Amino acid sequence: MSDADDHSIGLEEARGWIDVERHAVAGEFDVERGYFLTACAAVQNGNPIYWDDQVADALTGGPTAPLTLLSAWFRPHYWMPGRDAIPLPWQTHFDLKETLALPEAVATDSEVVFGDPVRPGDRISSVETLRSLSDVKTTKLGTGRFWVIDCVCRNQRGDWVGTETMTGFGYRKG
Amino acid sequence: MDHASYPGLTLDRVSAGDELPELRHEVSATTVILGALASRDWRPMHHDRDFAQQRNGTRDIFMNTPNQAAWLERYITDWAGPRARIGRYKFRMGDSICPGDTIVFSGEVQGTETDDSGCGWALLSIALSAAGQEKTRFSARVALPVDDADNPWSRTGDRWRP
Repeated sequence: MSDADDHSIGLEEARGWIDVERHAVAGEFDVERGYFLTACAAVQNGNPIYWDDQVADALTGGPTAPLTLLSAWFRPHYWMPGRDAIPLPWQTHFDLKETLALPEAVATDSEVVFGDPVRPGDRISSVETLRSLSDVKTTKLGTGRFWVIDCVCRNQRGDWVGTETMTGFGYRKG
Repeated sequence: MDHASYPGLTLDRVSAGDELPELRHEVSATTVILGALASRDWRPMHHDRDFAQQRNGTRDIFMNTPNQAAWLERYITDWAGPRARIGRYKFRMGDSICPGDTIVFSGEVQGTETDDSGCGWALLSIALSAAGQEKTRFSARVALPVDDADNPWSRTGDRWRP
């Protein structure tokens, strides 16, 4: 059997990651309103809960950030002093590619669930957990494995603010 | 508190089969780049045409995932109003969206439900298309007020079950 046909490479190690928290990322800055209004402007989102203090006070108990901006709050800066490389989002996805010797990988499905609103001044952190790793599957892309990864996000008080779930497929072509 | 002064839908005004009004937008390079940077996505395929064409094999730079999600959020709350609170959404992306495309959001209510805590939910199926082709398919579960006094944003803990 050639390496190209061997789908047991790294399997035991990768299975050991299931339900284990990995790659905790602490946000590098506080959530702030000017930033999220730029995001609203980018998609011309005029929802008054983001733009109008009176509406925000009445409906959301004060300003909140757009829900779908959740992942932005723990994305690293493009550059900062003393750091040579930018950490990758979904690092577990890339770890699985490498460990299972699957040179290609795509995200097939994604889901996001929202908890408490994110507010100016919050500091958001995240942690990834591999939830499942499939048997060997063959699709039109190639032969490999599907995996499901959760990224759980919390604020500085530990309150749950959301979970992103990504289904990936790592494969060898042909 | 009566929240009737805020525009938007209550659950009793929504039924399975209702269609959401279309949203159309002409995508420019600014749409793609501003959306990517606003979501803190620095990867070059979202701002460097040469990189996108040569490394990703796409026509041009293309819209990143959080930017598509931000357009989805706007589409939902344009329809449902500020009291609507998105609980979850799911999506599968197909083809890329590039400058020069006119994106079209269209959607339909798949059903409604009220959970054990009394929170009302609309279940939506939404397509993001360009040039007559579906690019991304979304499903979303969105909390809507059950009456003028209700406000889904006030729900926390066990009363928020997205």
